[in-house]
Amino acid sequence: MTVYTPPGQPGSIVEYRSRYDHWIGGEYVAPAGGEYFENPSPVTGQTFTEVARGTAEDIERALDAAHGAAPAWGRTSVTERANVLNAVADRIEANLERIAVAESWENGKPVRETLGADIPLAIDHFRYFAGAIRAQEGSISEIDGDTIAYHFHEPLGVVGQIIPWNFPILMATWKLAPALAAGNAVVLKPAEQTPASILYLMDIIGDLLPPGVLNIVNGFGVEAGKPLASSPRIRKIAFTGETTTGRLIMQYASQNIIPVTLELGGKSPNVFFSDVAAERDDFYDKALEGFTMFAFNQGEVCTCPSRALIQADIYDQFLGDALERTKAAVQGNPLDTETMVGAQASNDQLEKILSYLDIGQAEGARVLTGGERVDLGGDLTGGYYVAPTVFEGKNSMRIFQEEIFGPVVSVTEFGDYDDAIKTANDTLYGLGAGVWTRDGTTAYRAGRDIQAGRVWTNCYHAYPAAAAFGGYKGSGVGRENHKMMLDHYQQTKNLLVSYSGVRDGFF
Amino acid sequence: MAEATRVAVTGAAAELLARLRRRHGELMFHQSGGCCDGSSPMCYPDGDFLTGDADVHLGDLTVADSADGPGAGGTGTSFTVPVWMSRAQFEYWSHTHLTIDVVPGRGAGFSVEAPEGVRFLIRSRLFTDAEAAALRD
Repeated sequence: MTVYTPPGQPGSIVEYRSRYDHWIGGEYVAPAGGEYFENPSPVTGQTFTEVARGTAEDIERALDAAHGAAPAWGRTSVTERANVLNAVADRIEANLERIAVAESWENGKPVRETLGADIPLAIDHFRYFAGAIRAQEGSISEIDGDTIAYHFHEPLGVVGQIIPWNFPILMATWKLAPALAAGNAVVLKPAEQTPASILYLMDIIGDLLPPGVLNIVNGFGVEAGKPLASSPRIRKIAFTGETTTGRLIMQYASQNIIPVTLELGGKSPNVFFSDVAAERDDFYDKALEGFTMFAFNQGEVCTCPSRALIQADIYDQFLGDALERTKAAVQGNPLDTETMVGAQASNDQLEKILSYLDIGQAEGARVLTGGERVDLGGDLTGGYYVAPTVFEGKNSMRIFQEEIFGPVVSVTEFGDYDDAIKTANDTLYGLGAGVWTRDGTTAYRAGRDIQAGRVWTNCYHAYPAAAAFGGYKGSGVGRENHKMMLDHYQQTKNLLVSYSGVRDGFF
Repeated sequence: MAEATRVAVTGAAAELLARLRRRHGELMFHQSGGCCDGSSPMCYPDGDFLTGDADVHLGDLTVADSADGPGAGGTGTSFTVPVWMSRAQFEYWSHTHLTIDVVPGRGAGFSVEAPEGVRFLIRSRLFTDAEAAALRD
């Protein structure tokens, strides 16, 4: 067991700067407006650094740098770009521990997750796309003996990316790795809640990228995000967030006729069929862990398995065991490697979760465990902690239909297979789902029948780079991860070539 | 017949709206769903967010633009702020009354209050039987 010293205190392995400017053209650039905003740690509620408050002028400056860098970067060989991505991965790996602590401090998530998941996955993601771009091939179609269609991949040019706060470094990597591999230059806007850990990372990897290839402008959505998303100088916008902002971004994109990829959250069902409880073995134990995954990252995951559907004949037994597992989750100081559940990322996030705990009970759902804010005492008193909460209710209730983005699961039962699928699909969203069964046929059928982009089958919350991730229905447009992501950041150039010396005969 | 509204606003949120309107002009809300900063009311300059057949107009908030007292600096008249929600989402929300409040915090998204260090928040309650009946009529 290790308890890391908070950044900024003597003996900490992490030293945040006291102030961060924008990262533009390979160097720090002060904000045009001269203003900075405070960045508190959700662990204590105390401010630990201040960050440049970007405006349209800063976005323009970043776009200038990106447009300056894009042509040369887009012409580099795939080997060269792959080498850069691999060097980035190696550098992160060599500094994994301090990056993990820095991210935990800024986001509030347990350091065991940043050490074991967020940062290792980011490293692997850069390596995956370094490999994928080298292996990518264009194609030729032989139209007839003398006519050939060649298809080449070309970078889009300069792209905009708006990053969420729940996995500040991994979500940035999901967007950056394919975009950079494909030869694009990027202007990236991190979330207001987590503006600094990505710049902490840039202090470590910034020298590996040619100046201007990656530019980071912080600031508020209305002041910096909007000028980026609505700019006629980007060839694509990628966004992870919620539905209203997603629609707004599509609206801006329509004015510039550029593509968007949107990842907009979900209300993912986690379905437990009766045969899960046929034995009290390792698989049963794994299924209980799968239930408890709703508390992973404090529930601040777009794919949080926030609806648990349990077959009626095992309902009482399984739910009883699952409650026991939930109560065993250790909540505490995020910098303690024993901690499983840390702090919510911000005060407004905390308030929103508490408002859902209210409406859940008002609608008649029963709190089986949790249901309240937690005061961990000492320095952590000012932090934003919510007890892992299990509600029992009906799928029509708002706590079953809205993404709470907290450690809250709403549980209900189902009778048969058709009932399970009907309830699972009775949602506006379709990002993730979980299916738990010992029967391969049931697993396959349920996986195909649930309308969601990712159906974890006898597992949950795994995010390997080679598995496509994205939403059906209201959960968004496009995919992340997998080599198919390269297509999202590339133009298709077709050369249609005639090798015939004979005229067509029309004129 | 009883009057029933679907939306209301707290005093603190109303004062904030009055201040924001002086800077941004007429305002609107669209209730968000989904990820991260979702399930929250997003406040935009009116017309910035295009509404259409996919949306429901829940009502208009009437807000005092006070010339003095709390939120002073206004004209002493009042203004309205329309509140919208996507029609699909409304299917699941229609049985609840919504009050727009404000809390300290840092929302992402493009909502205009974020730079003030505060975030609009929805507080919900179930409609009474009388309200539900009035809304059906």
